[in-house]
Amino acid sequence: MSRSLKKGPFIDYKIEKRILEMNKSGKKKVVKTWSRRSMISPDFVGHTVAVHNGNKFIPVYITENMVGHKLGEFAPTRIFRGHGGKER
Amino acid sequence: MTRIVGVDLPNEKRGEIGLTYIFGIGKSNAGKILDKAGIDRDMKVKDWSDDQLNIIRKILNDEYKLEGELRSETQMNIKRLMDIGSYRGIRHRIGMPVRGQNTKNNARTRKGRRKTIANKKKATK
Repeated sequence: MSRSLKKGPFIDYKIEKRILEMNKSGKKKVVKTWSRRSMISPDFVGHTVAVHNGNKFIPVYITENMVGHKLGEFAPTRIFRGHGGKER
Repeated sequence: MTRIVGVDLPNEKRGEIGLTYIFGIGKSNAGKILDKAGIDRDMKVKDWSDDQLNIIRKILNDEYKLEGELRSETQMNIKRLMDIGSYRGIRHRIGMPVRGQNTKNNARTRKGRRKTIANKKKATK
């Protein structure tokens, strides 16, 4: 089930505000965020966002192709180091 | 034998079913196409006249993405996911289920045949 179009995309207010501010002033700084649930809007393109993965912040450079995905999709929360093996 | 959009050769079957041999057309689309072409859904493929065939061909050409074109589109979509490094793309890359299914058991379609590990300890009580 996808989200109702009527509501529009969900973007956390805080991060949207900071991105728009940076767009206005033309500055580029890494924005730290915990808001993995926020949708990437076209305004984000070209910025680097540091997305929290539960442990640390993963820097994500936003490209045009990523618009419409959520920030969390680009910061994996699990690391798979392979199965078993004899006594490590 | 009838030939529509390249390779496809349906046969003695009802039109509605015959059309589903084309990649990209399922039963519901097949029905819609035949209705639009004004052909009875129950008519056998071999009984279609040349005129009717041409109508069907035209509809397929104008309104549907089929076969190779459709396959390449799907591939492109998957490739896009992989290139942007999204979670779904990563799952595609390592051949694991993409949509959040459990992988403790099953998931064999994506993971392929079981790889048995020799001397794996059974859980002891």
